[in-house]
Amino acid sequence: MKIEIVKNILDANDQVAVLNREFFDSLKVFTINIMSSPGAGKTSLILETVSRLESPSAVIEGDVASSIDSEKMAEFGIPVVQINTGGNCHLDAPMIREAIKKLSLNGVRYLFIENVGNLICPASFDLGEHIRIAIASVPEGDDKPYKYPGLFSKVEAVILNKIDLMPYVNFDLERFKKGIIAINRNTKIFLLSCKTKEGIEVWVDWLKSENPYR
Amino acid sequence: MHELAVTEEIINTVIEVSKGRKVKTIEIVIGDLSSFIDESIRFYFELLTKSTSLEGASLLFKRVPVKLRCYNCQKEFNPDETFLCPYCNSLGGDIIEGKEFYIESIEVEDEDRDSEKYLRC
Repeated sequence: MKIEIVKNILDANDQVAVLNREFFDSLKVFTINIMSSPGAGKTSLILETVSRLESPSAVIEGDVASSIDSEKMAEFGIPVVQINTGGNCHLDAPMIREAIKKLSLNGVRYLFIENVGNLICPASFDLGEHIRIAIASVPEGDDKPYKYPGLFSKVEAVILNKIDLMPYVNFDLERFKKGIIAINRNTKIFLLSCKTKEGIEVWVDWLKSENPYR
Repeated sequence: MHELAVTEEIINTVIEVSKGRKVKTIEIVIGDLSSFIDESIRFYFELLTKSTSLEGASLLFKRVPVKLRCYNCQKEFNPDETFLCPYCNSLGGDIIEGKEFYIESIEVEDEDRDSEKYLRC
């Protein structure tokens, strides 16, 4: 006997994500899920962004191991909580639910979630964020959107970091942009360098304009 | 790696729905844009169901290729790596298939047949 089910396998995660989002909304905390491969510049981008925002920010750091990134945040006085996934390749909604218990979000208007460095798995898990950002960096090559369409199709903005390295590597910017637009034409694309600071203001201005609670 | 948690989720749902009946087949639909791997799910499934009522149930994966609706001509197509529409040659489209990840159905052993077997014993 065949029994029709049609049940989303990620239901349990998605239900917790809904609760997280309600919690963030109740506290007026605009939450941003940042995804990229390892080394694309998630931590640097968060630091550059937070220093330009007028309203208070907090950070949830997701890493397989270590507290290197969260120590960096704490050095700059940013409230931070570290999640070590112990080998897991992505953050999920229940992990965020636990993490926010350890974070005082009163008055915080921007919560950055730095996902585990990985272009595949994080895309599948709703954390309860308001927007998703993908970071790619010039040395990784212009083919990333073609190789990881799952992630690039689900984000509200793509940041291309390390554009100061453009003269030194073969990076076809048009090809990169086309790969994103082909599957996600509504996404914003920002070109910037956390090293030279070029382009960061434009990105920060956009992020502020997206925050209904700023 | 993340297939472990996902496989536990599948098992929980199947146990709930099958209500103790012997499960023969589980049909799972996976879109090519979702990040899940059949073989990985199968591996964890066999590991986790050993000596349980689900042991021996077979997993049937239905892969759904990516399908776009062309931004320009609105025709539907399965893109190759260029993402160009084969009808009008323009770039890209809205994703209409390829993100699926769900249990479609399960097949359980017929209750009637089970009771017949029971009577024969």
